[in-house]
Amino acid sequence: MWSFSNISDNIHDWLSANLDPTWTTIAEMVIAGIAVISLFAVLGLILVLMERKVSAWMQIRLGPNRVGPKGMFQSLADTIKLIVKEGMTPDGADKFLFNLAPFVAMIVAMLLLAPIAFAANFQLWDLNIGVLYVSAISSLSVIGILMAGWASNNKYSLLGAMRSGAQIVSYELSAGLSVLAIVVLTGSLQMSEIVRSQADGWWIFKGHIPAIIAFVTFIIAVTAETNRAPFDMAEAESELTAGFHTEYSGMKFALFFLAEYVNVFIVCAIGATLFLGGWMPLHIGNWEGFNHAMDYVPSSIWFFGKTFFLIFLIMWFRWTFPRLRIDQLLNLEWKYLLPISMINLLLVTLMAILGWHF
Amino acid sequence: MAGTFKLIAFMPVKKYISDIWGAVRSLLKGMRRTGYYFTHHKEIITEQYPDNKETLNLPERFKGEVVMPHDEKNEHRCTGCQACELACPNGTIKVIFKNEINAEGKKKKAIDKLVYHLELCTMCNLCIVACPSDAIKMAQTFEHSVFDRNDLIKILNNPGSKIMDGVE
Repeated sequence: MWSFSNISDNIHDWLSANLDPTWTTIAEMVIAGIAVISLFAVLGLILVLMERKVSAWMQIRLGPNRVGPKGMFQSLADTIKLIVKEGMTPDGADKFLFNLAPFVAMIVAMLLLAPIAFAANFQLWDLNIGVLYVSAISSLSVIGILMAGWASNNKYSLLGAMRSGAQIVSYELSAGLSVLAIVVLTGSLQMSEIVRSQADGWWIFKGHIPAIIAFVTFIIAVTAETNRAPFDMAEAESELTAGFHTEYSGMKFALFFLAEYVNVFIVCAIGATLFLGGWMPLHIGNWEGFNHAMDYVPSSIWFFGKTFFLIFLIMWFRWTFPRLRIDQLLNLEWKYLLPISMINLLLVTLMAILGWHF
Repeated sequence: MAGTFKLIAFMPVKKYISDIWGAVRSLLKGMRRTGYYFTHHKEIITEQYPDNKETLNLPERFKGEVVMPHDEKNEHRCTGCQACELACPNGTIKVIFKNEINAEGKKKKAIDKLVYHLELCTMCNLCIVACPSDAIKMAQTFEHSVFDRNDLIKILNNPGSKIMDGVE
């Protein structure tokens, strides 16, 4: 049967039959790199269009509907426009850092893609500390934003970057704690192990209410970490023009934009892996017939379906909820989310020790 | 008994939890509304204007310009009381008078021209509210672009029109 793991095995067999092991590894790395970059490009196009359509329908508008059938090529046209535009560097800017920052933001997003399992046995790097790796790397994204804000030599940019720093550092805590809840239940930091532990039911069902609380906290925290409305303090169109990317234009702006959407995809993929079983089909206890029927749907479709469901959820938040002020934002984290997720982690630990989950 | 003493120490905790509950409930209510709009595309209010010129669906309260309706005998209801001119916040309306001799041979004041500067008008509707005899109203036309600014200065009463009988 056709599957991602079959394709990758075939490529591996073909390469190792024709090349020596070193060149096989190098060729596989190049293929993986190209695959990641093309995934990014496709994701950027799809997510921007999806965001515009979802927001339009939620605000009783039509959304893009002129370029191509039903406006499907709108984001492609926008990308071409951004490529053709001049990438300005302001005179007073720190030129090196200014030009480096978009790439830092992009590379962080790329690094985060490594431990994600896209389908059964299809993963770039199944390292045994996958969850730790993700939370370590995702805190690096603030460096790209701070770099951009500082190097722009613009007070709006700097303010946006500082806010983003405060925001990401604080929301990292509750995101980490809610992820820990699942690590406690699974007893492993490895992504493939976490997915395999959900073969008889996803953690959001198996973990009772504490898992649901952890899931909600996770979604709120990652929305804040990706700097999206209602937590878009870093951009803050209404008070900081465009925050840290005020001075950016053309392709450098597009890279920031792309990094934001790819980050949304990645955090949703991680959320889907931890709470909704990753590529694991919907299995309920020991209903043999039902579980078999679910196995016929390819694992990649399960993974992308769950991820896009979470992305839709985050977009739904964005176009419904009112924006928070910066002090309200930090209040929400330090006075509500953090205490709740700490108590929740204790509950989950108790549950795991007493074996109360299924 | 539980009701006989107050758990003062727990009051903030109660408020904390009820705050969270209230917040979650109101956010879910909002999501229900946007979810409804997301799934019900017939609610979309966008008018694809140049494409649907014939089937344009303007809201009832849309205001395009001030007009003065005339009946089939070329009569209007304007007494020239200047209420609209006084009500207008930016001098859009000017009333120019003439003296008319009526059937009994008496002189009577009547409007010669009611000049309306569309280019100054903010469509605030105050003149319509001020008018005691309902002589003017807001029309829903909106394709006002012209090549000469003077074309926007309009005279609302038709040439040769008279005031309707019985309007004082």
